[in-house]
Amino acid sequence: MKKYTNTGSKDTRSGFGVGMAELGQKNENVVALCADLIGSLKFDEFKKNHPERFFQIGIAEANMIGIAAGLTIGGKIPFTGTFANFSTGRVYDQIRQSVAYSEKNVKICASHAGLTLGEDGATHQILEDIGLMKMLPGMTVINTCDHNQTKAATIALADHHGPAYLRFGRPVVPNFTPADEPFVIGKAIMLNEGTDVTIVATGHLVWEALIAAEKLEEKGISAEVINIHTIKPLDEEAILKSVAKTGCIVTAEEHNYLGGLGESIAGVLALNNPTPQEFVAVKDTFGESGTPEQLMEKYKLNNQAIVEAVEKVMARKK
Amino acid sequence: MKPNTQQLNDLIIQVRRDILRMVHAVNSGHPGGSLGCTEFLVALYQNIMERKEGWDMDGIGEDLFFLSNGHISPVFYSVLARSGYFPVSELGTFRLLNSRLQGHPTTHDHLPGVRIASGSLGQGLSVALGAAQAKKLNNDKHIVYTLHGDGELQEGQNWEAIMYASAKGVDNIIATVDLNGKQIDGTTDEVLCMGSLRAKFEAFDWEVVEITNGNDIEAIIGGMAEAKARTGKGKPVCVLLHTEMGNGVDYMMHSHAWHGKAPNDEQLANALGQNYNTGGNSDY
Repeated sequence: MKKYTNTGSKDTRSGFGVGMAELGQKNENVVALCADLIGSLKFDEFKKNHPERFFQIGIAEANMIGIAAGLTIGGKIPFTGTFANFSTGRVYDQIRQSVAYSEKNVKICASHAGLTLGEDGATHQILEDIGLMKMLPGMTVINTCDHNQTKAATIALADHHGPAYLRFGRPVVPNFTPADEPFVIGKAIMLNEGTDVTIVATGHLVWEALIAAEKLEEKGISAEVINIHTIKPLDEEAILKSVAKTGCIVTAEEHNYLGGLGESIAGVLALNNPTPQEFVAVKDTFGESGTPEQLMEKYKLNNQAIVEAVEKVMARKK
Repeated sequence: MKPNTQQLNDLIIQVRRDILRMVHAVNSGHPGGSLGCTEFLVALYQNIMERKEGWDMDGIGEDLFFLSNGHISPVFYSVLARSGYFPVSELGTFRLLNSRLQGHPTTHDHLPGVRIASGSLGQGLSVALGAAQAKKLNNDKHIVYTLHGDGELQEGQNWEAIMYASAKGVDNIIATVDLNGKQIDGTTDEVLCMGSLRAKFEAFDWEVVEITNGNDIEAIIGGMAEAKARTGKGKPVCVLLHTEMGNGVDYMMHSHAWHGKAPNDEQLANALGQNYNTGGNSDY
């Protein structure tokens, strides 16, 4: 199996911060908006270097989304930043009418997504945001897996015209994708070729999928591991090509199984090539307080859960 | 050359005819608020705003207008068409399938003159503030104008925006509130009394200009000139525009009944009879 090395664990949100700092230098139309979470979103560098292009909105997310939509009128490229819960659920109608329906070039950037936000508990742990955003016509939806990928996605979004949702997280996680890997929106990344099962993972579950594949290899199972960072538009070709070879699939994400990546893939398979699928995802519940590791263990979102799902789905193969 | 008062009043009558015929044709839409704001929008597009020839979304180098209370789309469409943004004949497609003139305004079908979708209330001021701040970044000295319903101010997002505008010194915006005192379920006082809007805006550190006869073209032009004179001084500017819902059609006035109801054939004929240009009408 192809070897991946953790070059030093970092949080994905820091990748966003580094990406914003770089964008600030190279694209004068990029502006940043924040709802009282500069430190959490790692906006410090951008704010320090470009105070005139940084907008502190205060704790008023609806207003932030509207202001971002307005800033596009005049050619600015706004990146909004707050927690995923306040970036989506709290402001759904503002995004729907003022951004998505109005086709505004706003980048909604969301940290602290999912259970790994940890101790703050379910009020802040949104597990429905991918679903909310992917249902909006024209919205690009991205969930990055590590620091390097988050940085690359942030930079790529400035050159992509149209509304987009970029989802990342709070915890320190392995950083393993190449620093120079180009980020192509809508293009899956083949991490490991295999023949017995396809594992498609997004966000923090990608590293877990790689560990799972190693464990499976020890059991004599050859797992193909694909990183889907762009949930919409989905790289259907990569998924269909892989399942044509393996005949079964496990999807893994830090999100409710309703509305998530797995659901999108199930739709593609149902239409094109019905294939046994198992979901590693939250089973339609809210989260709770705990450490990220405890929560990922309890809600079965780790490499062990992926291994179990693979064994289950392989037993369903005809 | 700006049109004179007589020409503006003639255009107001024509716009009223457009509104009435548009909502009658599809038996839906919102005539009451549209008629109440006819004089204001005619004044804005024909006298007050500095506008470029042609149309582009970014609107750099010209004043901008955002309609937040999107349900008064009939008056917006009529004034846009009669100000040259798209053919007047297109008013005949209002609310029809495949039309660019959707029930509520949208950018989705690229109708010239519309910069944001509105209809779900309370979002326009935030958008306008963003556009105003983009103007500052672009070193563009032009003004951003908005229009809001008074009932619309019950939406909380407005107050986030109102607080933000003064805190950040967004002084290139003139937000007008259509103070007709009526909303769907009754008077604004009955539904959710908002007290003194002047006191509220002043408490949020806005400049407030009151136009007590908001259906009089000269009063509007005078009041808006006063509002414009107060821009650029560190504070956002609010205009409280006292209007009569359904203005110009006697049976639609003094009631909230015609907020979202179209006239029948007989009522239309009556209303058009009350709004007739002796020099000739130019109906679409």
